[in-house]
Amino acid sequence: MSKERIKISPDLYDIMPSDYQDLVQSATYGKEDRGWKDIGTSKELIEQHSLCAGCPESMAFRYILASLPNPEDTVMVGSTGCTSLVFPMVAVHNIHSLFGNQNAIASGLKRALSVRFPDRVKDVVVLAGDGATVDIGLDMTLQAWFRQEKFTTICFDNELYANTGGQESGLMQKGFVAKMAPVGKLFDKVRLPEIARESGCHYVVNCTVSKPSLVEKVIRNSVLIAREIGPTYIQLYTPCILEIGKNSMEGLQEMRDSEKPTERFAYKEYVSEPAKQFLAELAAKDKERKAAAKQLAGKA
Amino acid sequence: MAETKSHIGTQNKKGQTYTDPWEMMHEAPRNPSFYTGSEVIKEALRRASCDVMIAYPITPQSEAAALIGELFAEGYIGDYFRGESEFAVMSQCAGAAFGGARVFTTTAGPGTMRAMENFPMWAGARLPIQMIVTCRGINSPLSIQPDTIEISYLLNTGMLVWHAETAQDFFDWILKGFMVSEEPEVHLPLALCCDGFFVTHTKDVVNLTPADMCLPPYDPYRSPVPCMDMECPPVRMMRDPFIMKSNYISYATHASWQQEIWAAIERSRKHTIKWINGLVDTENTDAEVVIVASGTAVSQGREAIRLLEDEGVRCGLVKVKSLRPWPGEEIREATKNAKHIFVPEFNVTGWLAKEIKATIPNSDRVHAGPHVCGGMTMPPEIIVSEIKTALGLRSESLAGRGS
Repeated sequence: MSKERIKISPDLYDIMPSDYQDLVQSATYGKEDRGWKDIGTSKELIEQHSLCAGCPESMAFRYILASLPNPEDTVMVGSTGCTSLVFPMVAVHNIHSLFGNQNAIASGLKRALSVRFPDRVKDVVVLAGDGATVDIGLDMTLQAWFRQEKFTTICFDNELYANTGGQESGLMQKGFVAKMAPVGKLFDKVRLPEIARESGCHYVVNCTVSKPSLVEKVIRNSVLIAREIGPTYIQLYTPCILEIGKNSMEGLQEMRDSEKPTERFAYKEYVSEPAKQFLAELAAKDKERKAAAKQLAGKA
Repeated sequence: MAETKSHIGTQNKKGQTYTDPWEMMHEAPRNPSFYTGSEVIKEALRRASCDVMIAYPITPQSEAAALIGELFAEGYIGDYFRGESEFAVMSQCAGAAFGGARVFTTTAGPGTMRAMENFPMWAGARLPIQMIVTCRGINSPLSIQPDTIEISYLLNTGMLVWHAETAQDFFDWILKGFMVSEEPEVHLPLALCCDGFFVTHTKDVVNLTPADMCLPPYDPYRSPVPCMDMECPPVRMMRDPFIMKSNYISYATHASWQQEIWAAIERSRKHTIKWINGLVDTENTDAEVVIVASGTAVSQGREAIRLLEDEGVRCGLVKVKSLRPWPGEEIREATKNAKHIFVPEFNVTGWLAKEIKATIPNSDRVHAGPHVCGGMTMPPEIIVSEIKTALGLRSESLAGRGS
């Protein structure tokens, strides 16, 4: 799909909702170097959201949607949780079916799209919370990686079940007192990034969403590597300010505190050898393209 | 519709000709072949232009699921893989169907139960997936033997549910099932059930359509809901997700959607009647005694009727082919003359008898039985015995029944 596909018939233009008109006029479908810097100057692919004021998840959503390399041909798969409150307002096709089955849905979807569009790129991106990814859906998360399914899995890690009111999750820190962990969680935070690496992911990143430029790079890499090489996994700290007793304006600082070198969300990255080679080729092509553009600009 | 029609007469990469489905199923020559039920499933799929099949081993459907893998290796299926559990497989099927593929899978017994959460989701999402259910026991202690109890759990999922008696039914209904399921005004999943082993593992003569003819491909743009492939404009679906709302609009939205699923099942009625030649088959329904059954219980009932005829008892037969849509009107009509209605079943609860009782006037005419379960066979003699006992006729004792 390109922007052509979403054009409005002139006869119907005035009755279309203004957010759709905006989408046609100034969204960044098909823009090659789209990124977080488009936010504010173009129509975002997210129209409002019903998350709590200041929720870091809403920041993450905006950065991710701004960074998808190919939104005009990207289908996202969500799961039950706070993310499912946002997806109905997102301008890429998205699927919510059951709680925890997101990587199974994505496996079938990616294969169907590959059968139906053998000569075109159709990216599939999973975005789900930590309960969906690590607890109820762990089996399907891992099995999709074992099978080398070519899509990206993004986990919004808020270290608990936020949408149901703050219950213990596998990614919660040990000792944290929560609902269903009345004497504190008794076991360590599950080390899914390491498990992802061992399970065959070609690109694994563990970080926060405090820096939009970093999120942009990570999301772009993860989608492109998944498209060409194999599964990728991104674990993003999106703290639930409500459940950890923070105010609306404190989410960013919470992420900054948690990404210090000794903290659990210090930036960690794993890139497989084939993915390293792919990224190097990509960088070389990018350099070539920029040099050519510069030369062209010089001639003009 | 336009897209579907445009393929007819052209060839696929295997050299099969996309053929008008009605012509292929009703007018093309048939070739008698001696096959097991599992092999028949494979042969139907060879002609089904299936995009994605996802498999998982569980007795007694494992052989069919593996044979379809061979079809994939030969190039007849777009993609095929083994999932990690039935819950995952049914979600993978959903993903493929959301992406616009014609999707097929097979399961049985405990697998059906494990996957259960997916089925109302399939129906609610209007995914016309076809699932073969080769019924077997689901209880503990573990049993792999034939038992139809799992069908009762499928009846209220919003899926179409058909119950095949023979391998011939199976061959025809797999292909016809896609046609009914994929109608834009239906667009619902189909659970095509059979009695495990009795149908899957026995050989029978089945009349096959020519192997060089196949169904036209599925056209996802005839779906009543958007295909999730980013080929049509993505728009904000709603201002606030209804799921979290406790207000009238939210309730009304969810209620009307559930009603729409059941309305779609109703709308499937005319297509089902057209394609499988009625929701029921009937014989001699002017008799005072009528057997109503589905699946292989029909075959046993037919044999019991022959034995009863030898003894001068005339008995009619109603073969229930479709359970959803439910043939209420047909059963009322077929049993209007009956004083005694017998419902032999391969399950312990007698779910078919309950459905019939809820459908007809004077339901005390229904004798819910005989029942066998857990893999027991149902000799026609026990149906005869049940009928003769109810009619007050002298019945010879049956060895092994302790009677």
